Amino acid sequence: MGSTTSLTEIIFYGRGGMGVVTAAEVLAEAVSQEGKYGQAIPIFGVERRGAPVRAFGRISNEPIQIRSEIYAPDYSVVVHASVMDLMDVSKGLKKEGVIIINSPLSPKELSSRFPSGVKVASLNATKIALEELGAAIANTAMLGALSRVSGQVSLKALTSAALMRFPGEAGKRNVNVIKRAYEEVQFK
Amino acid sequence: MMERLTRSGNESAALGAKLSRAEVIPVYPITPSTFIAEYLAQYVSDGELKANLINVESEHSAMSACIGASLAGARTFTATSSQGLALMHEMLHWAVGARTPVVMAVGNRALAPPWNLYAHHQDSIAQRDTGWIKFYCEGNQEVLDTIIQAYKVAEDKRVLLPAMVCLDGFILTHTRERVDLPQQDAVDDYLPPYSPEHFVIDFGHPLTENVIVTPAWYMEYQYQLEVAMRNSREVIREANRDFANKFHRNWGGLVDPYLMEDADVAVMAMGTIAGTARVAVREMREAGHKVGLIKLRAFRPFPIEEIRKLGSQLKVLAVIDRNCAFGSGGASYIETQSALYNTPNSPRVLDFIAGLGGRDVSVADIKHVLDAALKVSKTGKVEREVEWVKLVGGE
Amino acid sequence: MPSKVVPLKEMSRVELVSKGHNGCPGCGMCISIRQALKGLGKNTVLAIPAGCVPVVAGGPLPLAGLSVPTILCSFEATGAFIAGVEAALDFKGRKKDVNVVGYAGDGGTADIGIQALSGAFERGHDIIYICYDNEAYMNTGIQRSGTTPYGAWTTTTPVGSLRHFKRERKKDMPQIIAAHNPRFVATASIAFPGDFIGKIKRAIELGGPAYIQVHSPCPVGWRFPPDKTIEIARLAVQSGMWRLFEIEDGQYRLTLKVTKRKPIDEYLKPQGRFRHLTPQDIEEIQKEVDKLWEAQPA
Repeated sequence: MGSTTSLTEIIFYGRGGMGVVTAAEVLAEAVSQEGKYGQAIPIFGVERRGAPVRAFGRISNEPIQIRSEIYAPDYSVVVHASVMDLMDVSKGLKKEGVIIINSPLSPKELSSRFPSGVKVASLNATKIALEELGAAIANTAMLGALSRVSGQVSLKALTSAALMRFPGEAGKRNVNVIKRAYEEVQFK
Repeated sequence: MMERLTRSGNESAALGAKLSRAEVIPVYPITPSTFIAEYLAQYVSDGELKANLINVESEHSAMSACIGASLAGARTFTATSSQGLALMHEMLHWAVGARTPVVMAVGNRALAPPWNLYAHHQDSIAQRDTGWIKFYCEGNQEVLDTIIQAYKVAEDKRVLLPAMVCLDGFILTHTRERVDLPQQDAVDDYLPPYSPEHFVIDFGHPLTENVIVTPAWYMEYQYQLEVAMRNSREVIREANRDFANKFHRNWGGLVDPYLMEDADVAVMAMGTIAGTARVAVREMREAGHKVGLIKLRAFRPFPIEEIRKLGSQLKVLAVIDRNCAFGSGGASYIETQSALYNTPNSPRVLDFIAGLGGRDVSVADIKHVLDAALKVSKTGKVEREVEWVKLVGGE
Repeated sequence: MPSKVVPLKEMSRVELVSKGHNGCPGCGMCISIRQALKGLGKNTVLAIPAGCVPVVAGGPLPLAGLSVPTILCSFEATGAFIAGVEAALDFKGRKKDVNVVGYAGDGGTADIGIQALSGAFERGHDIIYICYDNEAYMNTGIQRSGTTPYGAWTTTTPVGSLRHFKRERKKDMPQIIAAHNPRFVATASIAFPGDFIGKIKRAIELGGPAYIQVHSPCPVGWRFPPDKTIEIARLAVQSGMWRLFEIEDGQYRLTLKVTKRKPIDEYLKPQGRFRHLTPQDIEEIQKEVDKLWEAQPA
């Protein structure tokens, strides 16, 4: 029924044209494969590559009836750290919520930007993407990290969804990205 | 066995048209419904859908081509939004008068100026008096299912009116949700091929469509449309029941009452706001308030009977309108008041204008609406009939 | 009298298109409107319909991208809007030395906009109509238009297993407009700004109605890297695919003579939208271009 206990809400932050919306969509697909319900809502400004964008993701065991924006996310996934100067990625974060950031810095180093008590996880998703994909598309890495940190979507479902979304060689490489990110995310 | 997918509202609409075996598809692009045309073009170019897709030069031509194709006996489909729907207006009247059961998906979007691409019901509400049947969907599964149901209703000989299936721009058109895909043979069983009898191209018995009539004739033609629209109420209920029996999903017919059994205050909404309202209503119930939701699924024909029945149990009905008839309130509010006017025990009706141009309508916003309604139910006094929700700077 | 190519050093230094707008990297239209406004100057009223330009001109609020009075008009009505503006300025005695200009894409010109455009030209208003031709409905995500060339992939001619690429020929808008006997009709290219700006100046000198169609490649829709826009535009002209000409009071003149045309596949190959074409398809296109030039070499 989408009651608050079974609903997980995620805000993805990043730059347009670089897979932020795709991340939410792959997540929704993965969640669906596990027999749960997923929702991916892109938030558009005027279409432009590189502009700050958000995407919303919801996960629930029951059909998701709510279709508004997310005001109190359980997870904030920052795909491109540079947007943190333009958007407050800790806005509305639930008390036990976690901000997962694509950065070479450690969670401890990153948490100084946020009010005390805010939980932070981090991984160098761009590095993983460059090494595995040859391109700085960090979105799938962030999904791997989300899987590990939240436990709300399995690695198996994510990799299956990635193979569906990215055909052929790209799919296989994205699976590697997801797996590595799952292992490498730091969460103190 | 249904195929479980994760799909956007646009793709769900395209899949609905594909499963309905649309035969002629005139399309013109407009954000946010453009993807519907693209998916259909993909299905046709991959041989998955046998149809003539016509990339016309404007929305006016899109509807004109739909009417021409329908008169020539084809099942037709198109999709548009906002300015495009407005440009089609003349031809919307035409499709009704010509009794062509065209089905059209409308990705509801605001009208310019100023340019705004986001969710707003004004585009389709402004077509209120054309004679089109209008459904407003809450989610992507409903979009897919309703397109199929729309053909069943529109092509029914008791109706023969075109139908639009509305989905909120971006909120549904671009949002991906889980969608179960019905099997083609089950849909074929539910929806037989279109076989018109009222106008056919027969060289042995040539007919002329849209002849000149004097005042001696016109009113009776209009009355036929009135009868068709009245008939459509029962046909919509039937189509929904039959669909539910076959596909195990019940969208309520004309309205979908939720937690209304013992409610004395309720909120009414169309489209995605209805979905979010379910959550608000549940949370208010957990806090001890006896509130419910009337989801308005069909705006035309307006479900007068259902509204009267549900209204008679209520003290207050708060209508949320994602549109506004300037100076008079929102369209659902006006229609609801009109439906309830002559009934004994009719509730106080309040109007809340919300979500225009894509402004988000949250659970908190709907709770605010319910709180206002609860206050009126206690005091019995209506201080304000129409309120604009979450307006920057207030009213 | 023929138009004159404006040398770089004589081009206006005034920028009427603001920096920091929302156009895509490498956008041909953005280049075209900047060039056009250097020819038109600040005493210009612009009517711009739905399409890519509103992305640049239209902010969003609180910003706006152009430093001339601008109306972001309804898609099908550019011709009618500028007719109205012109009639009003004329009535008020304000028309002298003011350019009334419609700036529309190919969809807003050749398809949905053709009725209003034809009407305005038939009535002979003193207007300049510039069509930036990026050969599809780009703002809505690359759907085919009447000026999409033969062979192109678009999202509504998505090729697929049945090879449904655009089968129809490019609608010849300059000739359609020429049939209205306006004062001036021309084609232009962003790779030849001196020629484009020179034609705008000639149109202003003559008084309208004047029509200029400026070829404006789109990296996103044509599928080439965003730093190659000018190169692709130049190849279109050098391969003979896009002829630069003008017709002044019915007199036709080629403004750039291409004596040794580059083979057409030099133009087609760098564009992903033609990737599916077979050597036979390309040969067919080459033959068509050859025929066109043989019929009218100068």
